[in-house]
Amino acid sequence: MAARASMAGWLYVSPLLMVLVPFFVAPILVVIAASFLESDGFGGVLPNVTLANYVGIFTSKLTLNLYAETIKFTLLTWLFALIIGFWVAYFLVFHVRSPLLAIGLFLLCTVPFWTSNIIRMISWIPLLGKEGLINMSLIRVRLVREPLEFLLFSPFSVVVAYVHQLTIFMIVPIFNAMARIDKRVVEAARDAGASRLDIMRHIVVPLSKNGIALGSIFVVSIVMGDFFVVKVMSGGGSASVVGAFYEDIGVLQYPTAAASAVVLTIVVTLLVTAILRSVDVRKEITQ
Amino acid sequence: MSLRRTGVVNASGRPWTFYLLLALFVLYVLALYGPMICIYILSFQDVRGGLVFPMKGLSWHWFVDLFTQVRTGDVKGSFDRSVKLAVIVTVITVVVSFLSGLAFRRRFRGDGIVFYLMIGSLVAPGLVLSIGTGLLLTFIGVEARWYASAVGAQLSWTLPFGVLVMFAVMSRFDRAWEEAAYDLGATRWQTIRLVVVPILMPGIVAVGLFGFTLSYDEFARTLQTAGSLNTLPLEIWSMTLNVTSPSLYALGTVTTIVSFLIIGACLGTIALIQKRRASRVPAH
Repeated sequence: MAARASMAGWLYVSPLLMVLVPFFVAPILVVIAASFLESDGFGGVLPNVTLANYVGIFTSKLTLNLYAETIKFTLLTWLFALIIGFWVAYFLVFHVRSPLLAIGLFLLCTVPFWTSNIIRMISWIPLLGKEGLINMSLIRVRLVREPLEFLLFSPFSVVVAYVHQLTIFMIVPIFNAMARIDKRVVEAARDAGASRLDIMRHIVVPLSKNGIALGSIFVVSIVMGDFFVVKVMSGGGSASVVGAFYEDIGVLQYPTAAASAVVLTIVVTLLVTAILRSVDVRKEITQ
Repeated sequence: MSLRRTGVVNASGRPWTFYLLLALFVLYVLALYGPMICIYILSFQDVRGGLVFPMKGLSWHWFVDLFTQVRTGDVKGSFDRSVKLAVIVTVITVVVSFLSGLAFRRRFRGDGIVFYLMIGSLVAPGLVLSIGTGLLLTFIGVEARWYASAVGAQLSWTLPFGVLVMFAVMSRFDRAWEEAAYDLGATRWQTIRLVVVPILMPGIVAVGLFGFTLSYDEFARTLQTAGSLNTLPLEIWSMTLNVTSPSLYALGTVTTIVSFLIIGACLGTIALIQKRRASRVPAH
């Protein structure tokens, strides 16, 4: 019986595997293989196994700076997305009294997720630019005399664009986790004399931990794997790990790009695993 | 309401934190939609228009420009390809997610491996997979095509989402309904077609919504796998680097309208199904 159930299970997931094996497993293996090969300098690879590509990464100060910069953007985005996402979800679950209104407002937050990321990113340009809406307004009310230069094409605008795109990835899982908290538990705590701070510390935060972890996985993996936000929004002032190996691809340096991609994938995997250790994601998702 | 019993409470029965969080929520929604609305407005400028406010004139100029000028690239063709690609990806995503959802309802040996492969495919950097797929195609001597390799590359992104949504949908499905159908003599296929699919229809539409919109906006995984003909996000990407006129904003307006039409159609369908169900079930 168990064997038959397993057979049926594998039969039903076989179409999924027919996508994941050639378009996830195989490309990762190819990238790993390419990272150990030597470039012939003309866009091809020589069949010599070498570690030079990896040595190049770990001895280059430039590459290490790239990682530092990417991790800085990841942490900043994660922090702001977490703060905004947590409180927006909390507001929707615990403060909006009509469930229908809460679902409506929740949908309002999710709609932009289904629209183009690139368009949402460039939509900050008319606001943050030197002659943008924010600078013009600040000058009009005489708060500043010169336009603020740091608003656009700076680390600031990179973080703004990331938080704008990714806070939704925090809101959805935290909202789900909070919506599952039994309101009677909160009631009971209140009846037993718990303050609102106690309820937050001992009930809401621990019970939304899984949602926070799930959201963090999305935010961290997307920022680490991104390059176009940094490229456009920093105006060339900042670079990212992925942006750098995309440029390697542009000049057909496949092995160095592959090695950098492998290192990045390992870093992302380590970060995601660290988050996974604190939560049973499978249980969280399937229940 | 219970909130009235504790904390500092004012006349309307709301604690002060309510107003603080309400302000945060309103600010968040403003920041979410405000910039997008700005570029929609700016795309309706006339020929003198620039990239920032104030608005110069009012016309369709940049929309006409977008679809007629050669220098802005092949917008019409890439738009056409993106919609077709999204339809293909949506159909496959819905069918495969549904089957995988059925599989994961009970544990089977090795299910953890499939699950973590899926999570891996979701969190892996898109460009890494894109480059890997591109290299693989070169290696086996197949040319990248938007209707072939790009479909697979996008599915590696839309399927994990689709299956995760399917999990959420199926967790609310009562096995007793299925058992009842078997007891009445229905075959496995009849049960799926006449009981499971109709009950899960709103969730299946939601999976379709994810499939379409994620494919329609997908960028990194398509970059090295679409071949010589661009999809719309690839076209927008090259425009952000070259075009400094409001046609870029006009393109943003057009593509967002398409997204909104799809979102509206899907959410409307879900609402309609729910409403018809509510009216059919007699109130207890």
